[in-house]
Amino acid sequence: MADYEIPTVTGEDGIVDVPSLEKGSMGHLHGPWISKPDFQKELGFPTDFEMPAGVENYGDSNTLVENWKERALDKMDDLRHRYRSLQVFLDICVKCGACTDKCHYYIGTKDPKNMPVARQDLLRKVYRRYFTFAGKFFGKIGHPEFVGATELTEDVVKDWYNYYHQCSQCRRCSVFCPYGIDTAEISMAAREILDHIGMGQKYCTEIMGKVHKIGNNLGLPEAALADTLEGLEEDIYDDTGVLVELPLDKKGSDILLITPSADFFAEPHVDGLMGYAKVFHELGLDFTLSSYASEGANFGMFIGSYENMRRLALRIRKAAIDLGVKRIVFGECGHAWRVAYSFLNTLAGPWDFLDQNYPIPQHVLEITEPALAAGKLNIDKSANDDMVVTFHDSCNIARGSRIGSYEGGQFEVPRNVIKAVCNNYVDMPKDTIHDATFCCGGGGGILTDDLMEVRVKGAQPRMEALKHVTEHHGVTHMAAICAICKSQFTKVIPYYGFTMDQIVSVHQLVSSAIILTGQLSEDEIDDMEFDYDEAKERLIASREVVAEESK
Amino acid sequence: MFLSVFFGVLFWVATLVLVLGIAYKVFIYWKVPAPLKIPTTPAPLTKRGVWVRMFKEVTLFYSLFRSNKLLWVLGILFHYALALIILRHVRYFQENVWLVIDIVQPFGKYAGFLMVIALIGLLLRRILIDRVRYITAPSDRAMLGLLILIGISGLTMKFVSHTDILMVKTFFIGLRTFSFHPLPADPFLIVHLTLVATLMLIFPISKLMHAPGIFFSPTRNQVDNPREKRHLSRWAKKLETQDKLYLHELDK
Repeated sequence: MADYEIPTVTGEDGIVDVPSLEKGSMGHLHGPWISKPDFQKELGFPTDFEMPAGVENYGDSNTLVENWKERALDKMDDLRHRYRSLQVFLDICVKCGACTDKCHYYIGTKDPKNMPVARQDLLRKVYRRYFTFAGKFFGKIGHPEFVGATELTEDVVKDWYNYYHQCSQCRRCSVFCPYGIDTAEISMAAREILDHIGMGQKYCTEIMGKVHKIGNNLGLPEAALADTLEGLEEDIYDDTGVLVELPLDKKGSDILLITPSADFFAEPHVDGLMGYAKVFHELGLDFTLSSYASEGANFGMFIGSYENMRRLALRIRKAAIDLGVKRIVFGECGHAWRVAYSFLNTLAGPWDFLDQNYPIPQHVLEITEPALAAGKLNIDKSANDDMVVTFHDSCNIARGSRIGSYEGGQFEVPRNVIKAVCNNYVDMPKDTIHDATFCCGGGGGILTDDLMEVRVKGAQPRMEALKHVTEHHGVTHMAAICAICKSQFTKVIPYYGFTMDQIVSVHQLVSSAIILTGQLSEDEIDDMEFDYDEAKERLIASREVVAEESK
Repeated sequence: MFLSVFFGVLFWVATLVLVLGIAYKVFIYWKVPAPLKIPTTPAPLTKRGVWVRMFKEVTLFYSLFRSNKLLWVLGILFHYALALIILRHVRYFQENVWLVIDIVQPFGKYAGFLMVIALIGLLLRRILIDRVRYITAPSDRAMLGLLILIGISGLTMKFVSHTDILMVKTFFIGLRTFSFHPLPADPFLIVHLTLVATLMLIFPISKLMHAPGIFFSPTRNQVDNPREKRHLSRWAKKLETQDKLYLHELDK
């Protein structure tokens, strides 16, 4: 399956033992594919560099921008004056080592440079050499290493490119750091610096370019999107006999639904999307998707670029204004939700034109959970009796945002929903859930095939926990509320002996258990008078009649 | 007399560097904006909650407790012992010693042993645990060595070879008015004072800044209310007011 060793999982206690160091175990990698000048230009980054001939040339000075060293240091100086997190975190780490065994990439790869503090030090060493008294002094007398400082060389840049793309910005280290130092902030800064010296990451920059041109990460144009949504309506109709609509660009709707574009076709994401639609339908909520803002994920965060993150977020603002909606609701997506919950008000606010009686933005679970609790949805839990479900807390939701109105709601709300629609639920071991959750291994811009080894190894801690509950508690399925987690797991869990279909969306479970008003039995569906196209035509015609009459 | 002028000047300089250096650094931390809301969640929903969170971090090392029990024990031991020792030393700077400083004296006396034991433990961690060894720079070991020597030289003066502490007290009180009273020519005292002054001098340019720095850590000091309250930094606001996407497009 691969030319590297796949970690083995035992299932014993669900926790991977902290490994001994294996220096350079991931040093053979060269980081992800480099972003070409075209992609860089679209995002406002310098383009005066040559594409390297091959990965082994990444970081060579002849492929970097002119004066790369000076420009890298200038960018570092700029960033530390704009981000308090960066300035403080670079200064105050005492190298206590509390974080050293907390990163899933360290646990899975044993490479010491994947320990959070060591990863930070790749940048901190350079900061200390050029921007601190101690580093300058000991640098001048030829011993910068005495104070943990180092000259900025090509090898250092190569390490940046390699190891800052072995960080999924999951923030697990920041939970355990006595000062809350968040490696994600350092990784983001490092990627921003790299973007300014001709070492962008193709996966992220190409995708952002697609959003600017087409509206979503997948490059799914409006017509194809409309087709896809119609196909989903047809699936639901054929399954239930009920016409549940998934409208696109419907002006005057109450709710703008923003969801990761993976929801439009990937499995199991799409089952989640049908779940949201069913919930909205049952609650009589009038919603629409937007073709202009058909993407929930915001890859600007991954590359640490405030400007690009804002540019993407402003699409949502424009869509909300153009469609005249009153509320914005986000689907299941971890990073999208962090940007939405924590940053959207900053980036694209103020949202004074929306209905202030609802949270802005709102998570779809914040609609489903109270509706289930109030008994507003007709649920048949036995529909999910073929599963014993566990829940994977997605890192950006667990540690970077909140769902619900109280502290820690992000842990309870999704579990409440699962328990309301499933009879069998089991949690994974305590040290692997809630804010101690392990990243899926594909977050933060790592979900690309050119980083497959990093992804497979980084998934080990979660796989170990899953193995434990499958063997000891009969768990059959793992539910997630993040498009990246779902994509990463479906791709990676076969390496660990599981099967792709063991990953489910939370709203997929809702979708299976919900009984729609007027839902038909299987026999009744076979005898339906109208097929989907006819039913849809009749619905549209009936609406036109109502509209005429009201005139 | 040379000794007293030398140490007099040294301590004045060290104190100025310590106070002004920390003040300057803190000013920078305060001035640099935090453009985004990044508390590590679950985070408090109110300002009062943030105070509680910060208090738990600073007094109980709460995150560290979750993280690593051995390090937590050593860290708590060292920091609390150091606090007692510093309080105990306040008497050298006061003509009329406060009651609380009096009360602290016997505890501070033995805290010295705990501090040195904890520091040796911390140093052993850096040598014996492969992960910690990897991330340790020579300066990290040197700083522990410095503290250990300060502790040992102090303990020696207390329990082995007494120095004339009344003379020391007169010296330090005199420094406040720039009058240089004599210091005992005791080798342990000279080592002790030199190392303490060194520690004060490197404080603002080293990782010791973690002490004031933690209060500025955005992951710990922010309120979790981004949906309710709009947070906007000065530089980000310029993008809005000038209607630009990129900072390099802004009017200078």
